[in-house]
Amino acid sequence: METKPDINIDRSIGDFHYDVDYEFDAGTGLTEKTIDYICDVKKDPEWIREFRKEALRKFNSMPMPTHWASHDLENIVFDNIRYYLSQGTQPKRSWDDVPEDVKRTFERLGIPEQERKFLAGVEAQFDSEAAYSNIKAAVGEQGVIFVGSTEGLQKHPEIFKKWFGKVIPTGDNKFSALNSAVFSGGSFIYIPPGVKVKHPLQAYFRINAENFGQFERTLIIADEGSEVMYMEGCTAPKFETSTLHSAVVELVALKGAKIQYITVQNWSANVFNLVTKRGLAHEEAEIKWIDCNIGSRLTMKYPGVIMKGRKARGEVISIALAGDGQHQDTGAKMIHAADETTSNIVSKSISLGSGRSTYRGLVQVGRHLKGCKNNTECDALLINTDSRTDTYPAITVRGKENACQHEASVSKISAEQIFYMQQRGITEAAAVSLAVNGFVNDLVQQFPMEYSVELKRLIDLEMEGSVG
Amino acid sequence: MSLKIENLHANIGVREILKGLNLEIPKGQVHAIMGKNGSGKSTLAKVMAGHPDYEVTGGSVSLDGLNLFDMEEPDQRSRAGLFVAFQYPMEIPGVTIANFIRAALQARLPEGEELDAVEYYGELYKKMDALKIDRSFTSRAVNEGFSGGEKKRCEVLQMAMLNPVYAVLDETDSGLDIDALRIVSEGVNAMRSPERGFLVITHYQRLLEYIVPDVVHVMVDGRIVMSGDKTLAHKLEAEGYDWVEKETLTNA
Repeated sequence: METKPDINIDRSIGDFHYDVDYEFDAGTGLTEKTIDYICDVKKDPEWIREFRKEALRKFNSMPMPTHWASHDLENIVFDNIRYYLSQGTQPKRSWDDVPEDVKRTFERLGIPEQERKFLAGVEAQFDSEAAYSNIKAAVGEQGVIFVGSTEGLQKHPEIFKKWFGKVIPTGDNKFSALNSAVFSGGSFIYIPPGVKVKHPLQAYFRINAENFGQFERTLIIADEGSEVMYMEGCTAPKFETSTLHSAVVELVALKGAKIQYITVQNWSANVFNLVTKRGLAHEEAEIKWIDCNIGSRLTMKYPGVIMKGRKARGEVISIALAGDGQHQDTGAKMIHAADETTSNIVSKSISLGSGRSTYRGLVQVGRHLKGCKNNTECDALLINTDSRTDTYPAITVRGKENACQHEASVSKISAEQIFYMQQRGITEAAAVSLAVNGFVNDLVQQFPMEYSVELKRLIDLEMEGSVG
Repeated sequence: MSLKIENLHANIGVREILKGLNLEIPKGQVHAIMGKNGSGKSTLAKVMAGHPDYEVTGGSVSLDGLNLFDMEEPDQRSRAGLFVAFQYPMEIPGVTIANFIRAALQARLPEGEELDAVEYYGELYKKMDALKIDRSFTSRAVNEGFSGGEKKRCEVLQMAMLNPVYAVLDETDSGLDIDALRIVSEGVNAMRSPERGFLVITHYQRLLEYIVPDVVHVMVDGRIVMSGDKTLAHKLEAEGYDWVEKETLTNA
C-alpha cells in the first residue's frame, strides 16, 4: 500500500469560539497570589486555601517526570498559562438562564440535543465554572448529589472532605499537585446506598480561552450497593499556542458499589492533556474506566483502580488514536490490595502518520495475597510507515495462587486487505476507516449507544485524508 | 456489449505473466478458463481488478466499451460493474459481513443518499437463505475463522448483493465439498442473465458440470491458446493438458 504522510485533520467541529468577557481572570503565571485570588473569587473555605498552597509547594518542588516521560513536557511554559477564568456567575439550572454567547457555543457542541435524550443530568463546564447544570427530578429525589466541585465542597463538606484527595494524594505526581493547587470546575457526585442510577450522568468539558489551562476536579462517591455511570466528552477549539488540560478524577466505590466512568475526548492538536484518574474499590465493588483518547499534542493518562477490599474488581478499556504529530501515552494501573481481587485491561491504539502511541501498564499483586487475577491485552495498529507504537508493561505478581496473563500485538492493515475491500467498491480511505473501526469494534460496543456512534464518526474524521 | 481483453501484457516485478492475452465475453454468456497452475489464470483476475502488485505493460480491457485501465483505483472498477470472487478471500477482523456489504453498496450511491437499512437487510437475508448461509453470519467478521466453503459462499453472497455486470470467479470450487459446490453453483446460476457476463476460472472440469459454460478457453503460459464448447473441458479432464501444448506448438 502506498502511504502518504500528509494528514488533513478536520477539526472544524471544535474549531470555533465566541468572545466572552471574563469577569474574573487570574492573569498569567502561578504564585501564592494566584492561589489567593482563586480562593477569594470562589469563596473557598480556609482548609482548601491551605490545601492549595501546600499543593503549590509540592508542584514547585517536584521535577518534570522526563526521566521516563516525553521531553515534550518541557515545552509547557507555566508562566504563560492562565490558571483561572470565570464569568463569576453561579451554575445555572435552567437553559433560559444561560448567557446567550455561552449558549451559542454549547449549541455548536450539540448539548441541547443531548439533553433532550435520556440523560439524567447535564453538567457542562464552560471554562472554569459550570455554566449550566441540571439534574432531572427523578435523580434528585433518589438523593443523588450531582453538582460542581465548588458547590460540592461548600454545601456537602461532610462527604467531600472525607474523600477529597484521598484516592490521589496531592503529591502523586507533578500534575496532580498542579491540579490540587488551582482546581476549579469538575463534578461532585454522591450516590446514596442502594441507589442504582438508571441513566448515565453526563458532563461536557471544553477549553475556550487561549493559553488557558483547565484544571477540573471530579470526585464521585458511590455508597454501598449503589450503581452509577458517568460520561465525559471533550472537544476544544483550536488555537496557535499550547493549552494545558490537567484534571484529577477520584472515584470511591464502597462495598458492593459499581462505578463506570466513560470518557470520549477529542482535544485539538495543541493541547497537553495530562490527567490523573484513579478509583478505590472496596469489598466486592467494581470500578470500570472506559477511555477513548483522540487528538491532543500529548496525552498522558493511566486510569487506575486500587482494589482495597476482598473480591473487588477493576477494569480499564481504552482506545487511543494518535494522529500525525500526536503522542498518546496511555495505559492502566491495577493495584491488587486484597484477596480474590480481579482486574482486566484491554487497550487498543491506532497510530496515524507520524503519530505515536505508547502503552504503559502497571499491575501489582502483593506477596501476602491469594486468588488474584489480572488479564492484560494490548493491541496496536499502525497505519503509515512512519507511525510508531511502544509498550511498557510493568507487572509485579507476588504471593501464591495469583494469576496474570499478558498479551500484546502490533499489526498493520495489509495492502491485500485494502485491495480486497476496494474490489468491492469501497474507496481506499473508507477501507482504512472500516478496518480501523473493525480493529476497535469490540471495545466501541462497550460504550453507550450514542457515544459509540460519535466515536465511529470521530475515528472516520481522523482517518480522512490519512491515506490515498 | 462485452468484456473484451485485447493483447493484454502484465508483469509482476520483472517477470512477465500475461503475454498477449485475447478474450471476449459477450454479455449474457458464461466463459470458462482452464489451465495448469502457473499459467496465469489468477493473475488475469487480479490484473483486471487492479491489484497494486501487477503492472500492465500493454493491451487493454474494456467493459461494454469502457476502458478499464482509465480507472486507476480498484474501487472505481468495482463500481463500474466488475466483480472478482477471490480464490483466497481476505479476513477483515472486526468488520461484520453486514457492515462490509453495506459499505460497498453505500459506496455506489450518490453523495448524501443513505442506504435504506430495512430494505437492505431484507435483501441480504433473502440472498443468505438462498445460499444456505446462516443469518447469524451477518454479525461475524468478514472471512474471519470461516471454513473454505464458508468463504466461497460469502464471496458469492457479496456478488449477489453487488449485482455486477461482469463477474470473475477465481477457483471458486477449490476447497468446496460436493454439497457446497452445488449450493455455490446454484447461486451463480441464479444470477445468469442476458445482462451479465461470467468468467469462471478453474483447474477442474468438476465445477463446469454445475455451472455449464458457453465457451471454454485453455490458457497456457499467459495466453489463451485454444477455445471450444464444454466438450473441451471433458477432454482436458480425461487427457490432461499436454496434448494442448503439443498442438499449440505444432500450429505455431
